[in-house]
Amino acid sequence: MSERLLTVSSSPHARGKQTTKSIMTDVIIALLPATAVGFYVFGLKAVILVVTGIATCVLTELCCEKIMHRDVTIGDMSAALTGLLLALNVPVNCPWWVLMIGCVFAIVMVKQIFGGLGCNFANPALAARVLLVASWPSHMTGKAFIPVDAVVSATPLAIIKEGGDAIPSALQMFLGFDGVYGCIGEISAAALILGFIYLLYKKVISWRIPVTYVATVAVLSFCFGLSAYEVLIQVLAGGLMLGAIFMATDYVTSPATAKAQFIYAFGCGLMTVLIRQKGGYPEGVSFSILFMNFVTPLLDKYLRITKYGEVKK
Amino acid sequence: MEIKKGTFKKGIHPSYNKHYTSSLPIEIMPSPKEVAIPMSMHTGAPATPVVEVGQYVHLGELIGQAAGYISANIHASVSGTVKAIEPRLMGNGSKVSCVVIENDFQDAPCENVEKYDPETVSPEDIVKIIQNAGIVGEGGATFPTSVKLSPGPDAKIDYVIINGAECEPYLTSDHALMREQAAKVAGGLHLAMKVFGLDKGYIGIEDNKPDAIEAFKALNDDSIIVYELETKYPQGSEKHLISAIAGREVPSGGLPAQAGCIVINAGTAAAIYDAVTEGKPLYERVVTVTGSGIKQPKVLLFRIGTNVNEIIEYCGGLTDDIAKVILGGPMMGPAVYDPNVPAGKGTSGILCLNRADAHIEDPSNCIRCAKCTEVCPMGLMPMYLGAFSQKRNFEKCDEYNALDCIECGCCAFTCPARRPLVAEIRVAKRGVQALRKKRG
Repeated sequence: MSERLLTVSSSPHARGKQTTKSIMTDVIIALLPATAVGFYVFGLKAVILVVTGIATCVLTELCCEKIMHRDVTIGDMSAALTGLLLALNVPVNCPWWVLMIGCVFAIVMVKQIFGGLGCNFANPALAARVLLVASWPSHMTGKAFIPVDAVVSATPLAIIKEGGDAIPSALQMFLGFDGVYGCIGEISAAALILGFIYLLYKKVISWRIPVTYVATVAVLSFCFGLSAYEVLIQVLAGGLMLGAIFMATDYVTSPATAKAQFIYAFGCGLMTVLIRQKGGYPEGVSFSILFMNFVTPLLDKYLRITKYGEVKK
Repeated sequence: MEIKKGTFKKGIHPSYNKHYTSSLPIEIMPSPKEVAIPMSMHTGAPATPVVEVGQYVHLGELIGQAAGYISANIHASVSGTVKAIEPRLMGNGSKVSCVVIENDFQDAPCENVEKYDPETVSPEDIVKIIQNAGIVGEGGATFPTSVKLSPGPDAKIDYVIINGAECEPYLTSDHALMREQAAKVAGGLHLAMKVFGLDKGYIGIEDNKPDAIEAFKALNDDSIIVYELETKYPQGSEKHLISAIAGREVPSGGLPAQAGCIVINAGTAAAIYDAVTEGKPLYERVVTVTGSGIKQPKVLLFRIGTNVNEIIEYCGGLTDDIAKVILGGPMMGPAVYDPNVPAGKGTSGILCLNRADAHIEDPSNCIRCAKCTEVCPMGLMPMYLGAFSQKRNFEKCDEYNALDCIECGCCAFTCPARRPLVAEIRVAKRGVQALRKKRG
């Protein structure tokens, strides 16, 4: 034979365009509108938090993989995405060191210890957020959301729960620009939906989980006796859009089949409404998704798809 | 002639890259100095050589006798002297006994060739002729066609379907054949219909081959229904073609006949027609020589047993940045480490890829995106099959229906983590079979 060495590998010899890196990058791009609104509304503090979050996660992943003698995977953008997501999920007054602890927890305890990307038992950013809310409630809730120069004193859902200021209008909440406060990345439903459309266009996620989740919250809130307008506020407020579009759809911790995804998203919606209406917190998205993350393996185990040529009896 | 549309569920849309050869006519490759004809280029038992070294053989003379029911006859693809009967390396890496014939370039025909009139030939004779002519499925699976056409007395066949989908990227062999010899393909279909006493026949062609569809329309044959199929991979998979045309599913582990369907490749149909009307056994076929790594892509009619290297040389040779040579299409064809192998009845393509086209990123962790599950046309969950296979947990592989996998490659194609899912599932299939055998 000739001197040329031919490559031999198992078929198929062609591959699609999407890679792990392109998917992670697409999700980051989809988060940019929401990040931009966060920067515009909350200013320099928000920028510092986002940069801190991304840098901490990437560095932590690098250190972990060096120490554990694993291949360095920071190039796949997943650590950067975790950092961005967590930063978008903290209030603007959250101290930088609290965010950093969250980032280290997300990468070390949730992701790397369990085997790195794809092996995490829960969404790292979400688990870290829940840890921070439980550990430093004063930095993560209540006044922490409100910039010092703001006229209102609470987030929309807190206002509904505790009373006080007037609830912002639905349009304000949809756009998120004036007087609507919350975590850095959750205030503008419009920006988040823009990201959702981008993810659908790029075929990164399907519509099933976000749409089912939001629809469940709307319908169940209505069942709890809320007026149509209040239902709209429930849908637009809090981390629902951010959670439904970017957190609940995390591949690793959501089910694989369509059937299971519908049930998973319904579960998220049910838990969110129960926590908001009957629980002690004004906000329930993080806990709900985290809870359903743990149900995912069960859903995957019992809800398989029908194979071609299944012998029907 | 009726035109209908059809498709199947799931699947993928790869880059088709058919432009290299899609407008080229079939070119006849001059017969080579020497052919090495493998005794096993079909599914089933290898044929038994019935010639001796030094013996003179005519073009189309029987040189290998089918050994058993699922096997196929092998015929000389040139006339000349048998030089050797020896094991040679095949494209799949195994060594197979080959009859090596030195060509005398006379193409001396056999005597007493029986030719039949397609109008009057009996169904029993058709099957017998096909069996004698050593015709096997030319799509790649190379299942003996006579066995396919004998599904047993209990089977009730409603659909005879010609597979002209040619869904593999790059390949245009069937496309060229249908465009140039539609009447022959239709003739083969009529013969197959006759075997089952049917007055309607079906042909499925992907809608990226409008000129092939036109060629059948021009026949104006009311007994043939042409299905214009969505261009989607794997549309040409037997099971999915049946879904698209008959709207039926072949039961798991079963044969198409159990769904009342018989599917025959377009090239095979033409071979059936030639065998009946001209008494010509299967000793030549059409191959697409294509890709970024070949200098002059061609659609070639070659003699069975021609060395792949010679076919490549005939097409101007490989480019300097050649990285991979694949026998078949990019989705299911095996890559060879040495092209010094004979091309056989199932060689539908010789795909040469340069370094850029052959590059595949290293695999990384599964991110559970479930895209493999969304595209798997068999409704399996490759992500779990791959993981269980890696852990050698074949009980679980069985539970997740590893044996239903058709190895079409949709999962591995789609996987953003570049996991070698098909390779893992192949391991799983072997493991499950061994496990079932052990259990009895």
